[in-house]
Amino acid sequence: MNNLNFISPEIFISLSIMFLLILGVFKKNSSSLIHNLSIGLLLITGILILNNPFDSAITLFGNSYVIDNLSSLMKILTILGGAFVLSISTKYLKISKIFLIEYPILILCSILGMMVMISSNDLMVFYIGLELQSLALYVLASFNRDQLKSSESGLKYFVLSALSSGLLLYGCSLIYGFSRSTNFNIIGNSMDSTHYGLTFGIVFILVGLAFKISAVPFHMWAPDVYEGSPTSVTLFFAIVPKVAALTVFIRFLYVPFFNMIDQWQPIIIFLAIASMIFGAVAAIGQNNLKRLVAYSSISHIGYALAGLSVGTNEGIQSSIVYISIYIVMNLGLFSCLFMMKRKNQYFETIDDLSGLSKNHPVLSLSLLVILFSLAGIPPLAGFFAKFYVFKSVIEQSMYFLAIVGLLSTVIAAFYYLRIIKVIYFDEEREKYDTDHSIWLKISLTFSTLLILLYFIFPSKLVEIVSSINII
Amino acid sequence: MIDIGLGHYLTLGAIIFTIGIVGIFLNRKNIIVILMSIELILLAVNINLVAFSIFLNDITGQIFTLFILTVAAAEAAIGLAIIVVYYRNSSTIRVEEINSLKG
Repeated sequence: MNNLNFISPEIFISLSIMFLLILGVFKKNSSSLIHNLSIGLLLITGILILNNPFDSAITLFGNSYVIDNLSSLMKILTILGGAFVLSISTKYLKISKIFLIEYPILILCSILGMMVMISSNDLMVFYIGLELQSLALYVLASFNRDQLKSSESGLKYFVLSALSSGLLLYGCSLIYGFSRSTNFNIIGNSMDSTHYGLTFGIVFILVGLAFKISAVPFHMWAPDVYEGSPTSVTLFFAIVPKVAALTVFIRFLYVPFFNMIDQWQPIIIFLAIASMIFGAVAAIGQNNLKRLVAYSSISHIGYALAGLSVGTNEGIQSSIVYISIYIVMNLGLFSCLFMMKRKNQYFETIDDLSGLSKNHPVLSLSLLVILFSLAGIPPLAGFFAKFYVFKSVIEQSMYFLAIVGLLSTVIAAFYYLRIIKVIYFDEEREKYDTDHSIWLKISLTFSTLLILLYFIFPSKLVEIVSSINII
Repeated sequence: MIDIGLGHYLTLGAIIFTIGIVGIFLNRKNIIVILMSIELILLAVNINLVAFSIFLNDITGQIFTLFILTVAAAEAAIGLAIIVVYYRNSSTIRVEEINSLKG
């Protein structure tokens, strides 16, 4: 029974899902109540995670579930991301007429799935977590069900994600057959490169995971799904599942597959280079901001994968730092998107930003900071994120990867700077509404300040992350 | 008589898996066929897992199969629901007409 203390966050969140569901069914007009309650329950779950010991790794249920620094940190990031998404999207949901009880409950379900995924140390547990996550996400993508675009994005996401789950499972079955176990540690011990079945299994699993993380060449769903889904769901897609998928990537590469590093390293380097270049080049022609965010997230995932490809603890830590800063930047960017509202209608193209600085100087200043940071210009947080990744890449003398990464940063800077040019130098348009919710203002201020002032205490985040030693 | 061994089962699994993948990519007509192809892929995985489980004399594979069957049912239900929602908005489920999002 001692075990149950350690998974109290998961138990708590699943009980609260059932409680909220019953409350929502029996109490009329309770959307707003359930929305606020779910944010509170998420924060309590976060506190329960902090309650777990941080200094040692605990394995539960016959070594199939592991709670260590990596899983605790990533779970907290997931939960904070989810809480922010819920709190800033209330007004958007009301205006789009999708302010329903199912929305926060589905988000909680997918967060529960991600927590299981993050902690899993067994193929079976991992698969159940992954499916719990994706089943909730399919419904979320098509949540605005009266709109063609939303239902189409849900359909596309469903087909491609189910396909990727199938590929991943086929890989799992091969790994199970050739290593005689589904446990990550046992698989890790029985890995040897002479077995072609294991190599095939690794390739299938990596393809499936690359789908989930939207790395090139398995990215084709991302732009369509990001554009079609409701903006609040796009925000959720852009930040929260990436954290979980990246953690799973780290676990798979460095626990069961670590002995096969010679086999997977070229694959990861290829995924990283292709994502960085493609994300940067394809975003240039975009006019829709949500589509642009999709391409920019593809290229950011490329940098995170570059950190993973080096095969050292420093590399893993750098990509965790990268994904944390990426979450903050995207949160700020989407807060700005939620502020582009006029007469109960939201705008989402770059043209709608034109001349924003004349009417909304504060909003455009924070947008400027966020875009500069996404482009990686010092001394903002985005620069440090890229700096850590490139440092760990160069320390392992992988110069080609570093050079390609730097070049694609330069290409990516073009489209970020183009938005800034549109904001500051183009003709002004009608004013946007300014009656934003307090949470929206808080999240924009919080993310802008964090990006702006990161350089004063750069060692804080690094210190937290440096306790994560997988190898 | 030929002895049917692990290799035969794996070959069967691989063939069904390939049919599923090819069915998704070559299909230009109906989205329901894609749903069937996804089920085929999961079925292939199940055949693989059960065969390995018998061969290794280890029950884990069969338990894994039960989990996959359950999840596949849930996935099919959600997939059909999404297809119904899509059909209400566009009154078609032909694959080549699903193109309002692109660029």
